[in-house]
Amino acid sequence: MAMTARPDLPAEPGQRPRRRRRRSPVTWARSGGMASVVFLLPLLITFGFFSWLPVAKSLVLSMQRTNLVTAAEWVGLANFERVLADPLLWTAVWNTTWFTLLAVVVGFPVPVMLAVFIGELRKSRGLASALAYIPVILPPVVAVLLWKAYYNPGPDGLFNTVLGWFGLGPFPWLQDGTMAMPSIVVQATWAGFGGTTIIYLAALRSVRTDLYEAAEVDGASIWRRVWHITLPQLRGIMLIMLLLQLIGTFQVFTEPFIMTGGGPENRTTTILMLIYNYAFIAGDYGKATALSLMLAGVLSIVSAVYLFLTRTWSKT
Amino acid sequence: MTITAGQRAEGAVTDEPSPPTGGRPPRQWWWRCRRRPGQDATERGILSANDRRRPVVRAGLWIVTTVVVGGLAVVAAGPLLWLFKSAVSTSQDILREPLSLWPSGIQWQNLSEAWTRVDIAGYLGNTAWVAAGSWFFGLLVATTGGYALSVLKPRYGPVITGAVLATLFVPGVISLVALYLIILDVPIVRVNLINTFWAVWLPAAANAFNVLLVKRFFDNLPHDLFEAARIDGAGPYRIFVSLVLPMSRPILGVLSLLTIIAAWKEFLWPLLVLPDPSMQPLSVALPRLESTAEVSLLMAGMFISVIVPVLLFLLFQRQFLRGAGQAGALKG
Repeated sequence: MAMTARPDLPAEPGQRPRRRRRRSPVTWARSGGMASVVFLLPLLITFGFFSWLPVAKSLVLSMQRTNLVTAAEWVGLANFERVLADPLLWTAVWNTTWFTLLAVVVGFPVPVMLAVFIGELRKSRGLASALAYIPVILPPVVAVLLWKAYYNPGPDGLFNTVLGWFGLGPFPWLQDGTMAMPSIVVQATWAGFGGTTIIYLAALRSVRTDLYEAAEVDGASIWRRVWHITLPQLRGIMLIMLLLQLIGTFQVFTEPFIMTGGGPENRTTTILMLIYNYAFIAGDYGKATALSLMLAGVLSIVSAVYLFLTRTWSKT
Repeated sequence: MTITAGQRAEGAVTDEPSPPTGGRPPRQWWWRCRRRPGQDATERGILSANDRRRPVVRAGLWIVTTVVVGGLAVVAAGPLLWLFKSAVSTSQDILREPLSLWPSGIQWQNLSEAWTRVDIAGYLGNTAWVAAGSWFFGLLVATTGGYALSVLKPRYGPVITGAVLATLFVPGVISLVALYLIILDVPIVRVNLINTFWAVWLPAAANAFNVLLVKRFFDNLPHDLFEAARIDGAGPYRIFVSLVLPMSRPILGVLSLLTIIAAWKEFLWPLLVLPDPSMQPLSVALPRLESTAEVSLLMAGMFISVIVPVLLFLLFQRQFLRGAGQAGALKG
């Protein structure tokens, strides 16, 4: 059914002229209609097979039981029931929520403040933004492995050495159920703050400077200018970035996968890792897809509610 | 508001007079971009010129500058420098004295040993090949698609633009498993792409962000020119090759950087579709080496894997930062 969301889209232009009777396929082709199709072909093929079709296939797959060996079997909503019955699901949901919460609390304000500061620098502005962008350039795997080395739980670990100077530690970091998740969050924040800062810096350039002028004439202090002009004008992009951060962190995978593999005692197993385990460890593709759809559904609902709320809030 | 930021940034790109062909044109326009004085140096920010003359503000600004730049140097650049140091240190040094500023002896052989003994060379080659293919197909899809949607404008164009745009809003997690099964058995052509680089290249090319970025750039090109060329008898292919592509060098440069870096970074997808170790890129191989190889060799491997992204960044900072800013404008 949904499988027909389809790669044969190029047929569409052929049908159109039939509906509008005046143009026959011949005139359509002569007037350059064919060229559009040819130019669109790479896009249609790649998006058709690897972007649109997978979404449609997901919907079908979630209601099938398939292990690629025996023929797929239609099971209705059984996959969803099996996912919901998995006790590990709630652990993963809690872990992911906790990760997201921490990541937003730590990762949301830092780039805003940094961008406001960097935006006021003159000579060192380029240097500061380039430095901030370095973590974004590094491949995530390298960044994660580096931090994993820093989180070495022995007294010789880099962080433990530094904290040892102040008489603290040594801490077990990733090997402790309570500390593992915050440790991952710090790494993820480090890896992500540069890109967000640059986006805010770009947005800062469109803040109307005449407002600063006016505020200054009225005697507004620097902090009040930041609070009453800069931040309100950044609000639009801040709200979007917050939502994107939420959506991104809810799909976190690489960091816990490499750093802890989900341990200790599943304290860092996230929803995406659970999907990975269902599909690629257990070979239960239906169950994995059911969970992906549920996660995507929750994310869509959260986004819709968020956008609705922020919009109504903006009007009042 | 954010859209104007993007337009302004793109405007700055298109204002660039299109360079004459011949010689070494790419070098020329990067070069010119870089030499252009920061046009916002004269604009005011939160602080005015008056503020900047006040001693309190000057002192505060000096402190902020020091803290921000110094902090960023330690926090953001520090780990990279630490990696450079560790790549030429002994395992003993890395594990026992992670914070020593200078290793006890420089072990250049780490690099050569990693290169041959744990086959970093092969993995690096795979990464480069993955990046090259992703770059080629990414650019092909984005430019041809952008051209058709922005310049040729078929009647069904808005539908396709909408469908492409919609994929930006679909969380990637939805299609992960289904996409894997499609790669196992691509419908219609019925081939198994597992353990072929196509499995990485083609899904990477279906990138809505790239298509929309290029389409928006093409939207801002002078369409009268294309009309004139058409009247002079140039066909759509001719216009694409001799007018649109040369005029869009700036955006192609930015896009090339974005796609290459993105391909360099990929982990989960190559892990799934390239199970054969001899085909795996560095990012997939390194976590495995972490448990099998010595620390010094792992660090050397990690160092080798960051050389290309870091060099690209050092050379094309401005393009990277502008590209990242544009990403934000598009998101807003």
